[in-house]
Amino acid sequence: MNGMALQPVVLWSDALLFVLIAAIVALVFWARRQDALRAAWGRVLKDTMAMAAATVLAVFVLIGLLDSLHYRARLPAQPGAEARYAVEVLSALDALLSDLRQRSEKTYSAPLATHLFAREALENSTQREFPRLKHGGAHLGADLAGHEFDIAVRVSRGCAGGLVIWLLLVSAWCRWRGVAVVEMLKVGVGGPAIRAVLLTLLPILLLFGIAIAVGGGYHVFGTDKVGQDVLYLSLKSIRTGLLIGTLTTLVMLPLAVLLGILAGYVGGWVDDLIQYLYTTLSSIPGVLLIAAAVLMMQVVIDTHPDWFATAAERADARLLALCLILGMTSWTGVARLLRGETLKLRELEFVQAAQAFGVGRFAIMHRHILPNLMHIVLIALVMDFSGLVLAEAVLSYVGVGVDPSTISFGTMINTARMELAREPMVWWSLAAAFSFMFALVLAANLFADAVRDAFDPRASA
Amino acid sequence: MSILEVRDLAIHIRAARPVDGVSFDIAAGECFTLLGESGCGKSMTALGLMRLLPAAAQVVSGSVSFEGTDLLALPESHMRDIRGGGIGMIFQEPATSLNPVLTVGRQIVEALQLHAGLRGAAARARAAELLDLVGIPDPLRRLDEFPFQLSGGLRQRVMIACALAGSPRLLIADEPTTALDVTIQAQVLDLLDELRHKQDMALLLITHDLGVVARMADRIGVMYAGQLVEEAPRAAFFAQAAHPYSVRLFAALPDAERRGGRLATIPGSVPAAEVRHAGCRFADRCSEVMAECRSAPPPWREIAGGQRVRCFLPGAAPAVAAGVGAGDTAAHAETRPLLSVRDLQVHFPIRRGLLQRAVGAVRAVDGMSLQLMPGRTLALVGESGCGKTTAGKAMLQLIRPTAGSVQLDGVELTTRSTHELRPLRAKMQMVFQDPFASLNPRLRIGDIIVEGMQALGGGKVGAGGTAAKVGPLLEQVGLRAEMASRYPHEFSGGQRQRIAIARALAVHPQLLICDEPTSALDVSVQAQILNLLSDLQRDLKLAYLFITHNIAVVDYLAHEVAVMYLGRVVEYGSADEVLPSPRHPYTKALLAAVPRIDGAQSEVPKLAGDMPSPANPPSGCHFHPRCPLADDACRQSYPAETRFGATQLVRCFKAG
Amino acid sequence: MLAYIIRRLLYAIPILIGVNLLTFALFFVVNTPDDMARMQLGVKRVTPEAIQKWKAERGYDQPLVWNSAAAGGAKLTETILFSKSVRMFVGDFGRADDGRDIAREISTRMGPSLAIAVPTFVLGLFAAISFALLLVFFRATALDISGVVLCVAMMSISGLFYIIGGQWLVSKVWHLVPISGYSGGLDAAKFLILPVIIGVIGGIGASTRWYRTIFLEEISRDYVRTARAKGLPERVVLFRHVLRNALIPILTGVVVVIPTLFMGSLLTESFFGIPGLGSYTIDAINAQDFAVVRSMVFIGSVLYILGLLLTDISYTLADPRVRLQ
Repeated sequence: MNGMALQPVVLWSDALLFVLIAAIVALVFWARRQDALRAAWGRVLKDTMAMAAATVLAVFVLIGLLDSLHYRARLPAQPGAEARYAVEVLSALDALLSDLRQRSEKTYSAPLATHLFAREALENSTQREFPRLKHGGAHLGADLAGHEFDIAVRVSRGCAGGLVIWLLLVSAWCRWRGVAVVEMLKVGVGGPAIRAVLLTLLPILLLFGIAIAVGGGYHVFGTDKVGQDVLYLSLKSIRTGLLIGTLTTLVMLPLAVLLGILAGYVGGWVDDLIQYLYTTLSSIPGVLLIAAAVLMMQVVIDTHPDWFATAAERADARLLALCLILGMTSWTGVARLLRGETLKLRELEFVQAAQAFGVGRFAIMHRHILPNLMHIVLIALVMDFSGLVLAEAVLSYVGVGVDPSTISFGTMINTARMELAREPMVWWSLAAAFSFMFALVLAANLFADAVRDAFDPRASA
Repeated sequence: MSILEVRDLAIHIRAARPVDGVSFDIAAGECFTLLGESGCGKSMTALGLMRLLPAAAQVVSGSVSFEGTDLLALPESHMRDIRGGGIGMIFQEPATSLNPVLTVGRQIVEALQLHAGLRGAAARARAAELLDLVGIPDPLRRLDEFPFQLSGGLRQRVMIACALAGSPRLLIADEPTTALDVTIQAQVLDLLDELRHKQDMALLLITHDLGVVARMADRIGVMYAGQLVEEAPRAAFFAQAAHPYSVRLFAALPDAERRGGRLATIPGSVPAAEVRHAGCRFADRCSEVMAECRSAPPPWREIAGGQRVRCFLPGAAPAVAAGVGAGDTAAHAETRPLLSVRDLQVHFPIRRGLLQRAVGAVRAVDGMSLQLMPGRTLALVGESGCGKTTAGKAMLQLIRPTAGSVQLDGVELTTRSTHELRPLRAKMQMVFQDPFASLNPRLRIGDIIVEGMQALGGGKVGAGGTAAKVGPLLEQVGLRAEMASRYPHEFSGGQRQRIAIARALAVHPQLLICDEPTSALDVSVQAQILNLLSDLQRDLKLAYLFITHNIAVVDYLAHEVAVMYLGRVVEYGSADEVLPSPRHPYTKALLAAVPRIDGAQSEVPKLAGDMPSPANPPSGCHFHPRCPLADDACRQSYPAETRFGATQLVRCFKAG
Repeated sequence: MLAYIIRRLLYAIPILIGVNLLTFALFFVVNTPDDMARMQLGVKRVTPEAIQKWKAERGYDQPLVWNSAAAGGAKLTETILFSKSVRMFVGDFGRADDGRDIAREISTRMGPSLAIAVPTFVLGLFAAISFALLLVFFRATALDISGVVLCVAMMSISGLFYIIGGQWLVSKVWHLVPISGYSGGLDAAKFLILPVIIGVIGGIGASTRWYRTIFLEEISRDYVRTARAKGLPERVVLFRHVLRNALIPILTGVVVVIPTLFMGSLLTESFFGIPGLGSYTIDAINAQDFAVVRSMVFIGSVLYILGLLLTDISYTLADPRVRLQ
């Protein structure tokens, strides 16, 4: 009997995400051969703010990718039986964070607490007390006086660990480039952008160090209503945010590019029809159109429970459907922009020169129009990302977002807001979700700004 | 007594040094011209004087003294009194230099409030006076109009009125007529000259046009690569320019005398502003270059009568001998025209009202006929908006004509479908005006040139086969074969125009429609392109339809001339007949409006007013509202063709 | 001008028909009324009778587009398409699931929505343009750069955070205003002030940055150089020349939202318990009350189209090139 220790599971969203990553890598290689693109990316790579933001984004993407390697663990072998696998679909991130995932408490507990947030009647007492947590601070035993000292020790241990790893990284880099570390930090070798990357890595590594050291004994961000570790939930939310931000544009871009260029270049009734289409779609208020479509999709999913083998698949289908709906409703803006630019381009002399050779319409659109619109497409792509991450939270709050069982910033906020009225307030879930979201969106916005400045011909003129 | 003294002015934009030590004086009431090609730092100098430089540019050294005040040391609030009050300025593009959403009156009045302290009705009255002064008819009505309601010439007059509002003692005019047609240019130059004398105002005129210099200047400063290289009074300069660069600017000018010959060119192009120079900045392009030119910058050397030059050569630079061409090569043996256009019309409908019905049409081309023999050059001349570019594109079927016939080598084009036209496209190609817009920035030069071959050769030309053809083509137009792997942004304007020509030649056309191919280029580069075109005509027996507004170019290369006015050809014939003795009053005025480098003023009266809109052409002869000879007959019917001499056809009742 | 407006109005008709058909398809074709009934009733209570009853109560028991059982014109009118979609054109929105008349509900809830949306819009516009002008006046200085960074940071914060944080700080910690609720008359002010301030702060980052970009684009134009060459002070250049021209692109983005102010704000109203159209919509979405959602979609697009029309008209007022041609 020879089964694998785990059975890989590829959800649709995983597959699309990896296709997307592959496409981006391919694009990078293609862009390296294109002079103008290489020059523009060169400007991004030299921009310290952009590189710092890119570093933060890369960490988020790494976490998201780890969370997209799904598998089902093998159940303990029954002698003589076939290898059987758990129903629960886990990811590589879950495996890394298995401690955080499994050490759940009964209900709310504050960050770094040793006791539950609510009083409970203890078994052998009539008094209602705050019960000790099963995991948070359990290693302290009865010695609660050492609580704060223990945390301080763990924080400094984490900092030290982070610092050591960072120094190792920096010295490895410096050895490779053959420079002294001090000089590197003073002037930056390979440009100030590299220094920005390394300096951004420092706080990230420190935070990681602290989280690991403190998280080993406590719930760093506390626990939620059902006792799950909030740090774990926040990390899991990253994948959802990334997926919505990227897959939506994947749906939207082909539509926007195709229809925008067709309307602008072909003109006539094609233009009229496409303009009618996007005016009609954009005349419906965005949230309402999305809400209506999501409600309908929900009915479809609910009335066909037989389509999905596991709950994870169902949640995944709903996530994809949401991306699809967001994409279908948001292509209009970019299409309008591309149509306008195409109208300008088609009057340019190089297009007329191609027409004078009798080059066909589609060849002209493909060779002459599309490449000269790519910078707009790219700018739209990066600018939309942050908006979509924020939109997910709002939509989930309104009740037309992801499946309630999918961990996301939106669902975290949505469940936490029920407890806002509580006295004292349960603030940590909200705080964690908002901080992670802020870091992700800010990094994306700063990066998008740099990309726009580098690619916008007006900015460079 | 100088009112402006500029000393060692240097302006840097990061690593670039567009202005690198410029000194000159301007006396009260004097007209000083800064002459030079694009990118030599003329405009930057002017903006530096006014302290209106873009944010990235900085004055790093030097001094500017206006009426004894050091402008560079003035606090900004005092500098504002100088701007508009002491020094007025007008710019090249009247279309964009006026605020589109404010009325003309408002824009003049705000300057009057600031510098003359006038308010309300007094300011308005003065603004009307100013409009009257700059020759705008019906000034009270114009005060309440917006810039877009005025023609280009009127807008430039409004700009001048704005600049005059503060009664400046010095007016800086930065290429004030470059964006205007020659007939309008002549009006504006006359106005500037008249105002200068009337208001006793000094004029700093920036231009690239030797003709404008000859018409306007008292003294001239020739700028090259951020420095002045020659300074001279007009008479001395035009009698004998001293610097090799100045000499070559003259030699590069096309005109009738150089017909059939080669124009002198300056090899290469103006060095980029980032380049550091050890010696003379012109050394690399100078045929008289000596060893010392490369090692040290030449000092100023006084010649005589106020003429001085920055050159090591003793005496004035030798005149450039124009190369001898092969003469007029075109044989007259051929009798069948290559291109034959009859009654060509291109109308664009104007849609109005609830149902967007066509209520009229812009008659861009309104019945033109012409013929072009193989291997000959026909120049289609006219001012902007006369329909010449539309006509060219309609002949190529890039714009489908509304009516009329276009025959190429005996084959009718207008009735053919896009698909049926494709095999014919190899016979006729086009070279466009703007070398920066005519090449796709995302394609390599090789791919750009191959595109036509692939489209017309069935698309199945082997990669090796086409690539092998690119190299010789690039060499044929004076570039190097290895440039095929580069992108357009690495090339200068002149090089790009060569690439565009190579692209057209790739499919072996018999007819090349050249739409103002040199109007975006500097004079020295224009000469290179014109030489190339005449070489190609000789070697490949190409026929050119040369669309241009530049009479000098026509004079130099055209065999036949067609003069267009408002969509129709008003005069047509061989260049030998038409240019020396134009018969149509419009042709006469057009030729007379071109400023001549000998400074001579023509006897023919200048044209008043602007070209009417092709959407609403005047009744009768389209030209009658501007024509000094017009009478009732002209107002009632359009004149038929009258033949003069062997070839000259004129549509005018008064011709004779 | 009149012909132009009429043409724009006529152009709106096919768009509204398109919206109507789209919502009809979304609500009745993607899922049949049977599907909806099954989901609303829950798995346990689904019987053919229950479904029939549910459909009959809501008027969903007619055929979709063609009633072959009916006579004459009723073949078309006694259908879901006609009774649920086409009748919206005359303002007949039918009844919500709780039996209330949707049109009446909308008219009573419009007031509170406007009471929040209009001050938020006006103050937000004013604040963002002022800040943008300030940044542009000090362009390329430390103030400008830090202002832009602040804008980016502010637009990176979730709108939910502004609301939750604002409520917590102002109402729970400082006890300045009630946390939520609404009342008519002047009393409303104490309920409105916080949501309005939060609305302004929440939107100011993105709009300031946008206006700044527009101003900077205008400032690089030739006519600004002309204005400076006249000796005008920077302040006059900004206010008289740049602002006037920048108004044209600003109007495109701003005027179109004015009619949609009627729709209220979903988040603000639901968090602050304001009985406006925004909270009405949210409640309907949560209760899966399709009739209400459908009506709001329709009204929203009517208002948007009105916005497009107003944008065109405002162009002609702001831009003499459009007005006089």
